[in-house]
Amino acid sequence: MSDDHVYLSLAEGHEDDSRWAYGTGFEDPLHGVDTAVPAGIDTVLLAADCLALADDALVGAQRLAEWTTRAPELEEEVALANIGLDLLGQARLLYARAGQVDGTGRDEDAYAYFRDPAEFRNVRLAELPRGDFAFAVVRLLVMSSWRLAHFERLASHPDPVLSAIAAKGVKELTYHRQYAAEWAVRLGDGTEESHRRMRAAMDQVAPYLGELFTAHDVRDEVVAVLRQVTHAAGLPMPVYRPLPGSGRSGEHTEHLAPLLAELQSVARAHPEAAW
Amino acid sequence: MVSVLADVRHARSVAEQVPDPELPMLTLADLGVLRDVELTADGTVVASLTPTYSGCPAMAEMRADVAARLRDAGYGHVRIRTVLDPPWTSDWITPEGRRKLAANGIAPPGAAPRRAAGPVPLVLTPTRRTVDCPRCGSADTEETSRFAATSCKALWRCLACREPFEYLKEI
Repeated sequence: MSDDHVYLSLAEGHEDDSRWAYGTGFEDPLHGVDTAVPAGIDTVLLAADCLALADDALVGAQRLAEWTTRAPELEEEVALANIGLDLLGQARLLYARAGQVDGTGRDEDAYAYFRDPAEFRNVRLAELPRGDFAFAVVRLLVMSSWRLAHFERLASHPDPVLSAIAAKGVKELTYHRQYAAEWAVRLGDGTEESHRRMRAAMDQVAPYLGELFTAHDVRDEVVAVLRQVTHAAGLPMPVYRPLPGSGRSGEHTEHLAPLLAELQSVARAHPEAAW
Repeated sequence: MVSVLADVRHARSVAEQVPDPELPMLTLADLGVLRDVELTADGTVVASLTPTYSGCPAMAEMRADVAARLRDAGYGHVRIRTVLDPPWTSDWITPEGRRKLAANGIAPPGAAPRRAAGPVPLVLTPTRRTVDCPRCGSADTEETSRFAATSCKALWRCLACREPFEYLKEI
């Protein structure tokens, strides 16, 4: 792909402007990165890890994007959209890496737009409906604490690309978690109504915690963070019993299919479109 | 071989002058996004860029701009490398970059947080950061939102001159 000009490089190979669908500047997010996989790495496992983490981020970003025009204040809308954008960036890098190592050579669009719900490997907590702002805060607190703890470890992964993606993600997830934790304290320790909603959100999230800890062994760290936040917020710790099934093996709630139908509708209606 | 050295220096100075698409008052060198410019044995100029944030939508634009400037300057073979490691930090913004930010009403970042290896601690007690108002210089300022129009900025306001301003976050 030519580096000369974004438009030219996108239009390359198909001079017909009408095929230029929407958005600009999208190209391989790992463009120009050394993509060799070091010897001794199980590429099947590496690809599966990248794909699962990408799916968590893509589905999470989509739910965060739903807050645009719906957040309680403009500042929160901008915050949630920004956090979603970071996750989308992480997803793009991880999909690109998955496609390089799984031998299929698929690009990010193939993964995001042309897989069916049962092929997605995100944890179910990511796909639950948007809910109210309290739920958004609790879900973000749990998801970012969990992802941060896992990424912090992945930063020393033997695959240099995954470890670099993780090291960069650690910085972003740190302020995602900070944002969610501050809101959790403010709402939990706020009015009677905000406290009630936070408790309800905790109850909604609780059944999905076990799946997170089965997927990545970072339970102690996440529980410590939740303990710290719930203590400061005057909220009880969520009590959970493992729910059967796992998004990591393609078992999803009924909420994923409609989310993907919306996310994928344009790309599937115009599968030949380039952008 | 003198010309090769001169060439790489010239190529570097060309790449260094490319403005950032989101913060056009800064060059990519000011921002610390341009990591390296090399000349390979076969005469290809290789410029290395690093993204500021994972979701930064300006990366493709930056790559295209750097390649175009180098080609315009007469370098026939140009390659752009993306470097993800080590991740970008606001500490790489040069003193000149910081001066230009402030002159354009954007408060430059403080030192990026350092952390030890292991779990990232969560701090819930208010952390006091002082950010001077880029307009009037007062330290009597407060954060209104940690998120703003681009990933790299936060919204602040000055309590002395009452003006809102943007702050480039330390990361």
